[in-house]
Amino acid sequence: MAASSQTSVETVRFGVVVFPGSNCDADSYDMVNTFPGAGARYLWHKDTVIEDVDCVFLPGGFSYGDYLRCGAIARFSPIMAAVRDFAAAGGLVIGICNGFQILLEAGLLPGAMHQNEGLKFICKLVSLRVENAGTPFTSAYEKHQVVKIPVAHHEGNYFIDDEGMAALEANGQILFRYCDDDGEVTAAANPNGSLGSIAGICNAEGNVFGMMPHPERVSDAIVGGTDGRAFFQSIIDSVLEGRE
Amino acid sequence: MSEPAQKPAYELLGLKKKEYDGICDAMGREPNYVELAVFSLMWSEHCGYKHSRPLLKHLPTEGERILQGPGENAGVIDIGEGRAIAMKIESHNHPSAIEPFQGAATGIGGIVRDIFAMGARPIANLDPLHFGSLDKARQRFLLEGVVEGIAAYGNCMGIPTIGGEIHFEDPYEGNCLVNVMCVGMVENDKILRARAEGPGNLVVLFGSTTGRDGIGGASILASAEFDESAEEKRPTVQVGDPFTEKKLLEASLEMRDKGLLVALQDLGAAGISSSSSEMASKGGVGIDIDISRVPLREQGMEPFEIMISESQERMLAVVTPENEQAVLDTCAKWDLDATVVGKVTDTRRLRVFDGDELIGDMPVTALVDEAPTYVVDTVRPAHEVDEPLAGDHYPEPKDYSEVLTALLASPNICSKRWVYEQYDHMVQTNNALWPGGAAAVLRIKGSDTGIAVTTDGNGRHCYLDPRRGARAVVAEAARNISCVGAEPVAITNCLNFGNPEKGEIYHQFREAVEGMGEACEALGTPVTGGNVSFYNESFGQAIYPNPVVGMMGIVDDVRLIQDHSFKDEGDVILLLGGARPAVDGSEYQLVVHGEVAGRIPDVDLEMEKQLQKLVRAGILEGKIKSAHDVSSGGIACCVAEAAIAGGAGADIELETDGLRPDLLLFGEAPGLIVVTVAGADADAFIAAAGDVPAQRIGRVAGGALRFRADGEELASMPVADAAGAWGSALEKILEH
Repeated sequence: MAASSQTSVETVRFGVVVFPGSNCDADSYDMVNTFPGAGARYLWHKDTVIEDVDCVFLPGGFSYGDYLRCGAIARFSPIMAAVRDFAAAGGLVIGICNGFQILLEAGLLPGAMHQNEGLKFICKLVSLRVENAGTPFTSAYEKHQVVKIPVAHHEGNYFIDDEGMAALEANGQILFRYCDDDGEVTAAANPNGSLGSIAGICNAEGNVFGMMPHPERVSDAIVGGTDGRAFFQSIIDSVLEGRE
Repeated sequence: MSEPAQKPAYELLGLKKKEYDGICDAMGREPNYVELAVFSLMWSEHCGYKHSRPLLKHLPTEGERILQGPGENAGVIDIGEGRAIAMKIESHNHPSAIEPFQGAATGIGGIVRDIFAMGARPIANLDPLHFGSLDKARQRFLLEGVVEGIAAYGNCMGIPTIGGEIHFEDPYEGNCLVNVMCVGMVENDKILRARAEGPGNLVVLFGSTTGRDGIGGASILASAEFDESAEEKRPTVQVGDPFTEKKLLEASLEMRDKGLLVALQDLGAAGISSSSSEMASKGGVGIDIDISRVPLREQGMEPFEIMISESQERMLAVVTPENEQAVLDTCAKWDLDATVVGKVTDTRRLRVFDGDELIGDMPVTALVDEAPTYVVDTVRPAHEVDEPLAGDHYPEPKDYSEVLTALLASPNICSKRWVYEQYDHMVQTNNALWPGGAAAVLRIKGSDTGIAVTTDGNGRHCYLDPRRGARAVVAEAARNISCVGAEPVAITNCLNFGNPEKGEIYHQFREAVEGMGEACEALGTPVTGGNVSFYNESFGQAIYPNPVVGMMGIVDDVRLIQDHSFKDEGDVILLLGGARPAVDGSEYQLVVHGEVAGRIPDVDLEMEKQLQKLVRAGILEGKIKSAHDVSSGGIACCVAEAAIAGGAGADIELETDGLRPDLLLFGEAPGLIVVTVAGADADAFIAAAGDVPAQRIGRVAGGALRFRADGEELASMPVADAAGAWGSALEKILEH
């Protein structure tokens, strides 16, 4: 693991949390550092204080092996109390894949994950439709834009009760849905059986976000796409705006 | 391990009388049970290479880029700019045949440890798999279990599985092949080795606790054929814990970065016995192990069990006393057990203590380097013949389109998407080419360089002619590397064979090893290590002889690589190379005519070199817009796959030149590549091909595949239909 990068006050600072078993931490770190105006550093799961960070990033992987329900152990990590405080103070928190599962287990986002409908791990590029472009996580996308971002998970089948779903819909908390290449939300284009084809949601306050697909994996045309960049650009823009 | 009176202990441990006598000679006395148990593992075929060592030493192993050849945990190849690639392939056939999920999972665990034992961060796995025919429920169970096991371990570790191959044929029914290859990246000045040095230095065991799992895995399970007792061998299969291995990886690399390690070695077959004695052997020192210090996961373990346990996710490090605390602290940071279990001595002996009591004392050289070797009188099997089949040996098919559809839907040719979508093939974000093509390509972050990796084997061809087959396998691996634009540089090999004590099997092994050596020599791709897997037999029936090659190539500018998909309407399709397709050993022969017979064509290695050079240059100059090796299913399937990948049709017009059209379309021969170039570039490209035969065989056109020979239409179908047959065949079989 590389040493923390030196970040100046002007840069947008991402803190990538490393749990034992995180395995997208380096990809996430590298992705953030491709933006001239941003810098990433690692936060250790045993840390109890989060300082000098604009956005806490819970990366993908298999925290604690995920031999139990995904994220069920990680939510008890010492750093999670600090993440909770950080979010309560209005800080931006994002969870990708395992990070999303951890946020659900921690109760920082509503709902839960089932195993994929096909009961198998699934890794492939999927199409997503941007449902709400008016958030700190999606502002650099257009509403209803169709983007290609890969999934890689065994438990990404999102579930929430009717009441919860109604609240998500009413508050515009659903930010991404799985769709076909033409932007139609269909059962065939839903890779894991998620209710409402949900791929990513935020909390009611709009500062905590989780998604199963991996925007950090589509950072460069040489590795198959760049559609993940706007996600990070949105966050950077939002933090810079907040400072003005 | 009970000891019934009727059989001597050494025999129950898998040793022969003569071998036992040899142990007594080396010891100068009769060994006690601990020593005998250690010797039985170290002198097993799996650890001792008794039937293979005399032949393997003739393989070419040196080259400018080779920083580490055979003899370490993995080979290491210089890729420039201060970086190197560590790679190795290994088998986990027998464990997977008994318990597919854990067998495959621990196969991944073992090969991954080999890579980070070299100080390299694993960046890719590739898994060549062979099963019996999928119409048998047991074979579907094995496939599903093995794929899930690979996925569970590799995905959890965050190592992308980016390639491999999958083949189904009857000879693998009782003995599937699960080969696992791992590729890692390391900076040249951070390469670690397993050489114990410095008497007085400490031996630290870290990672999982030690239990009774996998006792006798290398001897009883890996070094014997399967018979009716196979089920009873389940306890010799280990259980994998990828989460602990992930921590082990991070802790090891952190200690590497801090410069805390004198030497590092993983615990695999034969556990502490082999890791400690091999480290001592490499450094020309001795090691004392105190088994009372080894953290155990169960009560009442016998000393010999502790010495030979194959519990997974353990590493052995040699560290200086000054660094002891820092090593223990780093392991504690990663929540790993770490214990000083011994020390380096100048005795050149492996001494085993239980507290203060000396319970085993063995010469390291005898353990590691003096296992007896065997050379067996060879017998050429009757099915190996000198002459290929006559061109009219089989009736000509009436409906060529039907044959093409059947071949595209053959599990050996069809899309393997069902498999690779279960593998996380994208994590670490280095894939410049995604699975499904000839070779996988990874960018090297922070550099323009890319590496291409592939695994290739062809057991059926090697069955018909092991020497030609092995030559062709190396050539095919190199062709796949060249077809993306990379230059082949080195191989690692996994030699899967039956029982070498039989003359026919030993013949196959010798022919194949010699053939592989010839091709590696000619193509400039030395062998950096690998693994021999013998006794792949069940009830006396051997698998096809199957030397599998894992090859790596380098491309200086990864942005210049090419894939195999047809690109633009009007592009000219060229067939490069002069090989003449044959029915012998082809997928067409098996699928349509239900036989495996004849003699496969030999590869022309000199022509092969020129052919591959031409293709690489064409790709790097931007002239070649797609390149695809002709292999299973012949020219017709090669063209169809490129068309399906590109979503574009192809109009093909071939000249038979005396060859019956079915052999021309569906026959196989090593040394053919289908490429496309822009229409305007075609003539110049052909003119510049020099000695390499280059013929225009058609154009990328429309939405259909059309094949004609000498003006007569043979087969035609919409690309969508071909894609349907090819794309969904595996799902249809597996999901009924």
